[in-house]
Amino acid sequence: MAAAEPMVVVDDLHVVYRVFGAGGDRGTAATALLRILGRKTRGSIREVHAIRGVSFVAYRGDAVGVIGRNGSGKTTLLRAIAGLLPPEQGNVYTDGDAALLGVNAALLDDLTGERNVVLGCLAMGMTKKETKEKYPSIVDFSGIGEFVDLPMKHYSTGMGSRLRFAIAASKSQDILLVDEALATGDAEFRVKSHARIEELRQEAGTVFLVAHNLEEVELTCNRVIWMERGQIVTQGEDVTGIIDRYIEASGGTPVDRDPVTGRRVHSRVPAKT
Amino acid sequence: MSNDRRLSAPGQLAAGDDLPSAGTATAELPDEPLAEFAVQHGLRPSAERPPVGLYIRSLWQRRHFIMAFATARNIAMYTEARLGQLWQVLTPLLNAGVYFLIFGLLLHINRGIPNYLGFLVTGVFVFNFTQRAFISTSTVITESLPLIRALRFPRAALPLAYVMIELQQMLLSMVVLAVILLITGEPITWYWLLAIPVLLMQTVFNIGCGLATARLGSTVNDFSQLLPFLMRTWLYVSGVLFQISTLDIARKYVAILQINPAAIYITLMRESLLETQRESQPGAKPYNAQLCHVWATLGHRAGASQQLQMDSAYCHAVTNPAHYWYYGIAWAVLALVVGFYFFWRAEAQYGRG
Repeated sequence: MAAAEPMVVVDDLHVVYRVFGAGGDRGTAATALLRILGRKTRGSIREVHAIRGVSFVAYRGDAVGVIGRNGSGKTTLLRAIAGLLPPEQGNVYTDGDAALLGVNAALLDDLTGERNVVLGCLAMGMTKKETKEKYPSIVDFSGIGEFVDLPMKHYSTGMGSRLRFAIAASKSQDILLVDEALATGDAEFRVKSHARIEELRQEAGTVFLVAHNLEEVELTCNRVIWMERGQIVTQGEDVTGIIDRYIEASGGTPVDRDPVTGRRVHSRVPAKT
Repeated sequence: MSNDRRLSAPGQLAAGDDLPSAGTATAELPDEPLAEFAVQHGLRPSAERPPVGLYIRSLWQRRHFIMAFATARNIAMYTEARLGQLWQVLTPLLNAGVYFLIFGLLLHINRGIPNYLGFLVTGVFVFNFTQRAFISTSTVITESLPLIRALRFPRAALPLAYVMIELQQMLLSMVVLAVILLITGEPITWYWLLAIPVLLMQTVFNIGCGLATARLGSTVNDFSQLLPFLMRTWLYVSGVLFQISTLDIARKYVAILQINPAAIYITLMRESLLETQRESQPGAKPYNAQLCHVWATLGHRAGASQQLQMDSAYCHAVTNPAHYWYYGIAWAVLALVVGFYFFWRAEAQYGRG
């Protein structure tokens, strides 16, 4: 590992969200006026300390799975790596740009899939010519066929995420952050996206994968980070071991394990193509 | 790090509240401090904004994105309507129609201005360009949050694209305006070509202001609520509906209102397109106290002849109309530099939402 090239260094990272409009007063004009007259700070601003001192290093060619329950700070961590959330304390260092794929992030809802592909490519810095060249392969990869003429808001969740993944994965990203973006895809798409992530790793990129589907993490990732309450519980290359401990801590029992090696004995998702 | 206003991320371990010691969590870290380790390997902070030069270059590289984004948004704006793209032309036509109904047919207001309808519609269209640019850019960051969060590109591309949308609309409005002016009896002259540099200056001004409003609108939610009122006040003090020089206020205030950017671009556009404005502009002819007085009294009466209304040319100009072009350029450059710098300062913050 010493010779490997680091791609992402997270150094004692703290991230704090400021949330407006949290509960508190009754939210009427009168209470707002009283608050201003009384020179009180706005009662409805709350701070959420979502990441509390996280440190790790990810290397070129790593596929890092991030696991943990809802609200444990996985998405926030990915956003901080992408440079979208400024750190409160500590810092995130990256080699190159990061692209974040979230589950609910339609690019431009009221535009057709076709325009989304073109705009996405141009926004990533491709030239017009490159965009034209990539277009058929992106549409083909997404597998949405003739629906490409429809505005994206009429897509099903799965179709939307397929197209978004296809756009973001069309360029070899230095760092690809996948936040549950594959969860809504069907079996065929999972196989394809799995293969594409593998390819991106070969092209010397680093992939972060947030998924509640632990089988997917186990098959895709060579390292795993387990987060709880904004901190890292444990991390390492023993993917299966950490996942098993996570399952046990959540009150479940790992299944499909070989009693001797502790490895998964069979899988429903083909690992490589 | 804990007080009652602060919440921690939820969730806890089933086995108890204790988190494993830092030892296990940092077992794989290099020995040296991480910040040094990162710098040694040429890594850069992810939330760092790029230097200005690099930023401008990457913005120039995204020019096709800006234009494609503007066109796509413009098309999407009317896709739900049955008449579709026709609305791009219908909107300015109906706008002009409303003013014609009220000021041309119902209210016989005479403000001592020859071809009042042409004067009014020119002012409304020019002001509308700036107004729409301000209002649309104030929400561009929140509207495009998914795009901002998914892909890395210079964020200034978004407000720029929104101003381009408004420019496309403005160009169509200009065609409608030309037809209206011809109907109201204005001749086509070489002066019409001056409309191009006026539009150019105004576009640069709008880009600068649009960048500033985009940043303000992205963080201060109260700003987009306040903006319509600010814009309406600006409309009334910029001489869209009347000649600023006829206001009954001290000359220095008249001067300030006359050189405000909206008034400058409106006046320049009027003087490019309306011959009646060029020739009736105060100061256009040598000062003549008697003729000026005639205009100030008789020229404002209902049913005053166009000849009488043109006599405003014999009055003193408060600010020198020859300087308006310099003001126009100065406002555009100032807005662009300040707006760009202001927007760029917060480049790393826009994904926050």
